[in-house]
Amino acid sequence: MYNIEKYYEASTVREAVQLLADNPDLLVIAGGTDVLIKMHGGKIEKAGLLSLRKVKSLEAIEKSPDGLISIGSLVTFTQLANDPVIKDNIPALAEASLSMGGPQIRNMATIGGNLCNGVPSADSAPALFALDAQLRLQDKEGERVIPIQEFFLGPGKVALKQGEILTEILVSPENYNGYGGHYIKFSMRKAMDIATLGVAVVCKLKDKGTFDNVRIGLGVAGPTPLRCREAEEYAREKAISSQTLKEIARIAVKSTKARSSWRASKEYREHLVEELTWRALKIAVGRAGGVEID
Amino acid sequence: MTKKIAFEVNGKKVELEVQPGETLLEVLRYRLHYTGVKKGCAVGECGACTVLIDGTPTNSCIYLAVWADGKEIRTIEGVAKDGELSKVQKSFVEEGAIQCGFCTPGFVLTATAMVESGKKYSREEIKRELSGHLCRCTGYQKIIKAVEKSLQD
Amino acid sequence: MTKKVVGQREIRVDAVAKVTGKAKYTDDFFEREMLVGKILRSPYAHARVKNIDVSKARALPGVEAVLTYKDVPQNRFATAGHPYALDPKKRDPEDRTILTDKARFVGDEIAAVAAVDELTAEQALKLIDVEYEVLEPVLTPEAALTEGAPRIHDDCENNIVSSKGYEIGDIEETFKKADYVFEDEFETSIVQHCQLENHISYSYIDGDGRIVIVSSTQIPHICRRIVGQALGIPWGRVRVIKPYVGGGFGSKQDICLEALNAAMTIAVDGRPVKLELSREECMIATRTRHAFKYIFKTAVSKEGKLLGTQVTAISNTGAYASHGHAISMSAGAKFRPLYSFEAIKFSPVTVYTNLPVAGAMRAYGVPQIKFALESHVENIARKLNMNPIEFRRKNFRGAGYVDPITGNKVLSCGIEECVKRGKELINWEEKKVRYKDQKGFMRRGLGMACFSYASGTYPAGQEIAGARIVLNQDGSVQLQIGATEIGQGSDTVFAQMTAEALGIPLDMVHVISTQDTDISPFDTGAYASRQTYITGMAVKKAALEVKEKVLDFVLGMTGIPKEALDIADANIIYKDSREVIMPLSEAAMQSYYDTAFASPITSDTSNNARVNAMSFGVTFAEVEVDIKTGKVEVLEIFNVHDSGKIINPQLAEGQVHGGVSMGIGYALSERLLFNEKTGEPLNNNLLDYKLPTIMDTPQIGVDFVETFEPTGPFGCKSLGEPPTITPAPAIRNAVLDATGVAFNRIPINPQYAFEKFKEAGLI
Repeated sequence: MYNIEKYYEASTVREAVQLLADNPDLLVIAGGTDVLIKMHGGKIEKAGLLSLRKVKSLEAIEKSPDGLISIGSLVTFTQLANDPVIKDNIPALAEASLSMGGPQIRNMATIGGNLCNGVPSADSAPALFALDAQLRLQDKEGERVIPIQEFFLGPGKVALKQGEILTEILVSPENYNGYGGHYIKFSMRKAMDIATLGVAVVCKLKDKGTFDNVRIGLGVAGPTPLRCREAEEYAREKAISSQTLKEIARIAVKSTKARSSWRASKEYREHLVEELTWRALKIAVGRAGGVEID
Repeated sequence: MTKKIAFEVNGKKVELEVQPGETLLEVLRYRLHYTGVKKGCAVGECGACTVLIDGTPTNSCIYLAVWADGKEIRTIEGVAKDGELSKVQKSFVEEGAIQCGFCTPGFVLTATAMVESGKKYSREEIKRELSGHLCRCTGYQKIIKAVEKSLQD
Repeated sequence: MTKKVVGQREIRVDAVAKVTGKAKYTDDFFEREMLVGKILRSPYAHARVKNIDVSKARALPGVEAVLTYKDVPQNRFATAGHPYALDPKKRDPEDRTILTDKARFVGDEIAAVAAVDELTAEQALKLIDVEYEVLEPVLTPEAALTEGAPRIHDDCENNIVSSKGYEIGDIEETFKKADYVFEDEFETSIVQHCQLENHISYSYIDGDGRIVIVSSTQIPHICRRIVGQALGIPWGRVRVIKPYVGGGFGSKQDICLEALNAAMTIAVDGRPVKLELSREECMIATRTRHAFKYIFKTAVSKEGKLLGTQVTAISNTGAYASHGHAISMSAGAKFRPLYSFEAIKFSPVTVYTNLPVAGAMRAYGVPQIKFALESHVENIARKLNMNPIEFRRKNFRGAGYVDPITGNKVLSCGIEECVKRGKELINWEEKKVRYKDQKGFMRRGLGMACFSYASGTYPAGQEIAGARIVLNQDGSVQLQIGATEIGQGSDTVFAQMTAEALGIPLDMVHVISTQDTDISPFDTGAYASRQTYITGMAVKKAALEVKEKVLDFVLGMTGIPKEALDIADANIIYKDSREVIMPLSEAAMQSYYDTAFASPITSDTSNNARVNAMSFGVTFAEVEVDIKTGKVEVLEIFNVHDSGKIINPQLAEGQVHGGVSMGIGYALSERLLFNEKTGEPLNNNLLDYKLPTIMDTPQIGVDFVETFEPTGPFGCKSLGEPPTITPAPAIRNAVLDATGVAFNRIPINPQYAFEKFKEAGLI
């Protein structure tokens, strides 16, 4: 039995933002796999909940004629892992989705909840960072769209304003068309685990042997998911070789702010950043149609 | 504050007043006495409480009872029909996939959903589909065999 | 010829109940207006309760009782599930009371609440004001042993629970005559059982004023005794009922809840109170596996004979003694039948610390010592440039060994054959060649490890078991045992033994799975891999007694001498010609209803076994090591066991699968972690504690070398615990084979492997 004092359900976004405006202390719940677990663990003591579960308009994955992919915030990880739009266009996100939790959790957990929970290990985040995703946020007054990088503020802290909900995750065609991508989740177990490190890489090539650009998103390499800008800058229009890939991976570490915890040491995490970025790059290059690297 | 909900459990219509903090697990076990739904961790980490909600394997411990309104729920008690074990149940029995039995209902329900999906699964895919269930007795070996057997035509 | 039942892949007697959800576990019973019990646990590892104010909690509507140490009997008692010893010197340390005014670990039980529902009980816990005098926590055995260390138990000097060891032969002499002396240090971690069903019980006072406890326990009869001791009441005033149990692995061979639960029902005038632990509580406030540190110093001849070994051990038993002292002794005893050391000096010290209580866990101290010994033996073989398998074979004792301390004699020993088969199964020779000169960062290796184990506890513990068989009118029987089914399949093998001994089909044996101390025969319960071997003797005895009585009755009916009779396929037959005389049911009916001679047939037997059988086995493992990330993957693993005659191969395979899986977790991923300064648990949940999921578990190969053990019923020996002993050292030895890096600690998780590989210059 959870200590839930108030419980509201909205069936439209408009209703949801109105309820949130009227009851500012409400906590938004979607799949429940984070909120309820926090309640169980005593991190949230008493709660008034606003459930978005009946907001049907947020359950869709769509690709518009101009190629914009929009993912409703209530889309579950099972949906993400199986959806042809995601699998065909942004496979790194499909891979990340399949790596999350176990099947029952994926059946419940939503991408919106995963992001709004704001933890550095959010499985969907590294891929969305690498894809330069945008988030549509809405409150009673209207809506705004922000880059995902501006959404994560710190561990468990996101840029949702009072009364605001996340409605959509957007990925623009210029950020995935022609890109190859790959996601590696490094965790202690192959299922039912949180990432020790998550690495998402997307890259676009000028030709088989030359990068156009590379984008690298990391999870659990700092207080928020992050991008490796310096490494990306280095990679721009570089000739692809084992050496370049190793150098990119080496520079990627500079963007991290890993800490030692009982889960893993800083040194080990940094070592993993380098090793796994290199491994993810290799596969992403292959998927982008590039030369094979050994 | 309570809320009235109506849903089906194993084909039977149920109407109940529930509190918003009640989980589906608690309602099924303690109010409707479907005790085949097991509680192992209360946070979705072990899969013992798995039930099928509209055919989808779901951890009932982190599923609020209010969400069950209008849903069709299947528990282990609803798997055998007219006293006849289902194909999945028979396979678990014959393959010796059962030891302490506490994880068994959850595994059987996920396997049932797999069989009913009509999909084909490789061994790796079977393992992935079952990976939300922990078992400490069997090392999963005979469970995999039982599910493979259930999936054979 | 009657159909054989023993040795067959019979379907578990409880399979259908469990696969349909009909099997009832403790939480599946309902009592009207059952109260919910909750425990207030200490947030400090070491603290004294200076003041405790429960008035606000008591005043909360819906709270029926709030208990502190002041409200419950303060009789000191021991919790370990051992047979009682009439000799006070042989009893377990009595270092517990129901609720305490001194917290000895984070999670210790300070107060308890019984309330109308869970939320009220939880709220009441928050309303209890405790003023603690926080004491310096003692979080490692080394700290506990330091001179002047704070005392964890006021009457225990130096925080030492026990330091009893032994010396066989002259260890110094072997060091003198040895060509080489090798020394290694090893360390194992604290791990947890993680049975799927958490600890739970409920209790009420019945119409006769007796305390009834329904509990998920491995040891109902022992539970009755300990609750009686804790409450200071005659043991007959307590009744314990054990329904189906969702796994135990030793954690329920201990009294963790029941005494407090009984005190709670007493406090509410006998109304039913349920006490159920959450997973988080279960992982720290029941029992764990002892972490050990071992130093092995071993004398070896240049021919590769193991001459003597000096074993120094430190065992961390946590806040209370529980099984601590006995686990060190078990470790020191059970490895002895394997290698032919002339001299062994075993010097253990079992130490209190301010960490959760360690107790019994599958194989009772032996996975720890065998991790150390089999790693040590591997190191020695490599240093001597000897084939590690041949090195071990050269030193096997084999059958005929009589243990100088226990007097137990090895009457059956299949270790040689186990090794031979394991080697073939994993394709050792061919792979050794293939993996000879690996250069890359993904490397494969092979490892193996051997063990010996016992069947039950004799002579350290008493081995008494009871069985009762009642013949029904239709010729079927009820079988009642005091031994407990906890998932391992004991009910099924007892049914098989009964069917076989009695000459009836398996489906004519109805096993009463529930133990009820008012009704069930006396048996100490599920531990020490004892039940098939020890209780099996009682079951066989009872079945043969029923058979004798049936044949006596038939003699009365027909005049045919007993010697000419037999029972097969539920018929009374002529022994020689196998001609059917009458169905068993006819004799059974007469035994109930014959107007002159009716005398329904039953047997109620007990067996006090004063033997012990040594079982043996081996693990072979192949690993692939990702040197760059430190990840070790088990590619193939085979366990080959000599457990004597296998009563039910399908169930036996299941035992091995589960044990190996637990062993893989022990080797690579499982470890309970605590804040090094405060002793607070860091990962007491199933997400952060890494027991293997189905995706992490490789295919597990199983084989049996079926020797015949003359002391065992139908020739059987122990099997429940042994499979979990050798996977860890076999995997560790395989990692050494792959990388050349000798790990001396488990789990070999990626972080630790990274550190070691870096240290070794591999990365």
